[in-house]
Amino acid sequence: MSALTAAIDAAKAQGRAALIGYLPSGFPNAATSHRALRAIIEAGVDIVEIGPPYTDPVLDGPVIQQATAAALASGVTMADTYAAVSVVRDAGAVPVVMSYYNLMLQRGLDTFARELVDAGAAGVIAPDVTPDAAPEWVEAADAAGLDHVYLVAPSTTAERLALTAQASSGFVYAASLMGVTGERASVGEAAERLVADVRAAGAERVCVGLGVSTGEHAAQVARYADGVIVGTALVKCLFDEDEDAAIAAITEKARELRRGVEGHVEAHA
Amino acid sequence: MTSPAEHTRLQAVDGPFFGDFGGRYVPEALVAALDGLTEAYDKAKVDPEFHAEIERLGRDYTGRPSIITEAPRFAKHAGGARILLKREDLNHTGSHKINNVLGQALLTKRIGKTRVIAETGAGQHGVATATAAALLDLECVVYMGEEDTERQALNVARMRLLGAEVVPVTSGSRTLRDAINEAYRDWVANVDTTNYIFGTAAGPHPFPTIVRDLQRVIGAEAREQMVALGGLPDAALACVGGGSNAIGLFDGFLDDPEVRLIGCEAAGDGVETGRHAATLTAGRPGVLHGSKSVILQDGEGQTVPSHSISAGLDYPGVGPEHAWLQAIGRAEYWPITDSEAMQAFALLTRTEGIMPAIESAHALAGAIKLGKELGPDATLLVNLSGRGDKDVEQAARWFGLHPEDDA
Repeated sequence: MSALTAAIDAAKAQGRAALIGYLPSGFPNAATSHRALRAIIEAGVDIVEIGPPYTDPVLDGPVIQQATAAALASGVTMADTYAAVSVVRDAGAVPVVMSYYNLMLQRGLDTFARELVDAGAAGVIAPDVTPDAAPEWVEAADAAGLDHVYLVAPSTTAERLALTAQASSGFVYAASLMGVTGERASVGEAAERLVADVRAAGAERVCVGLGVSTGEHAAQVARYADGVIVGTALVKCLFDEDEDAAIAAITEKARELRRGVEGHVEAHA
Repeated sequence: MTSPAEHTRLQAVDGPFFGDFGGRYVPEALVAALDGLTEAYDKAKVDPEFHAEIERLGRDYTGRPSIITEAPRFAKHAGGARILLKREDLNHTGSHKINNVLGQALLTKRIGKTRVIAETGAGQHGVATATAAALLDLECVVYMGEEDTERQALNVARMRLLGAEVVPVTSGSRTLRDAINEAYRDWVANVDTTNYIFGTAAGPHPFPTIVRDLQRVIGAEAREQMVALGGLPDAALACVGGGSNAIGLFDGFLDDPEVRLIGCEAAGDGVETGRHAATLTAGRPGVLHGSKSVILQDGEGQTVPSHSISAGLDYPGVGPEHAWLQAIGRAEYWPITDSEAMQAFALLTRTEGIMPAIESAHALAGAIKLGKELGPDATLLVNLSGRGDKDVEQAARWFGLHPEDDA
């Protein structure tokens, strides 16, 4: 059992879904981003996705685009991602890396996998590549003992749900809707159906992301998924130029989401 | 199955892979759409009705076949070599882009989608897509880098007059690369109703194959025309951004090893300055925009911004078939600077009364170099992929001939 599956199962044993948060590495700067990572973990995030910034993030909406572009402009490199991974591990949560494929490829797939394991990562989510397109990554990750998480979308055919469920380890990432990262007013209706379908296709653990922004959304998704993935709603907090205010906001957001995955829904004003 | 003899023909190579390059590196959300497109295209490819419709539109709408024009006064400045121009600039909408777009728009109808999106750099592909959308009654949205909307304001107006929505893209480098990123984001969200009409022979499978097949008409016509004019050329030259006009021309001569194939990339201020778009000269293998090819990138795999006076060549990637043709030594890729291209632009305009697109002027500059090298016995075929109307303002400023310069 990997650290990733253990974390999901531990949450399940507590009668709740796991809470998975995403933050790009190095935004708004290394020190603040490390503070933010520790803060959300303390507030109840179980698993943290660290995103190395990339110049062509085709699956990201404006908020994450802006954050990662700022991080790149300030000189963030893969070394910052490894450092963030270690911060997450040391704070007691499970780190995974969500990386666009070319960054992995240029590092060398084997090297990348080994370096991540050394830094303390449990898995990698590659959003812009499918398992059939790059079986060499599955091999490299397996050799290093790293989970390889793949995505399914509402458009995924039954045949490909089975293929992806089979090729994924750790969990399967179910995209709640057709679109890019970003906040939405509600969670896509397709999500619940997709989770059921991918389970039927053989997936043991399924977590839902894209557009999950509030405690209410988290509670809704937690009823049918093993984990709830939140990115933009957290990242947005870090645009506050007052560092203490940013940390306070992201802590409050993480707490709200944690109450959500525990099934406590607060009424909205 | 292809016969062993067929197997050795370079022209017979189809995607997903061209040697080590190509493939389909995309988010799962797009796989179903790309599979659907592949399937529809495979059916269309063997459907005589599809080919008849493309041929009819080519003849009655685009104005095919495009003619060959000899350029003797221009050739005097190119070592006296015989220079022949394949006049894709005379096509309806002013460039080779219409060849591809009409085919993909017909395919859109076949898969029952009602909305098309496109990326554009110089605006030529956007104009062609807006035109096909008007003709075939499709909703059309074109993504264009904000910097390019400024460089090519006239084409923005053309697209809007044709009924398309033009979305200026303000992220990243605000050029073609970011327009593609934004088109992808639209496609992921609207794939149920929308087909992405990709403008160049790059991107994930099946785009490099579809675009190559639809542009193949350039090389097929040109080869026949050259034979009628006395024989195959010593070299065929074309400009390369993503590489669709070049692959269309090269395709006709791939299996004629005596014909040198020369792609002219945008070297901007010079490859040594770092401000250029000479991907095959200075890039490394990697994955960008859905396929494995050669890209301009730093050591970590971050895409490096490209630079060129020509918006249509200002792209840090290139189609996978070109990367393969370079790797196997079948084609050469030469860097041509902004200033070399603009000299060729002025020369063709002044000596022949033909104003080329700045993109195509890169191929003309390559012909000047090669002509000087080979001398008067050589015959060079140049793909004049587009006309220069859209570039008048930019060229006037470059040469100090803009009315505002009089002030």
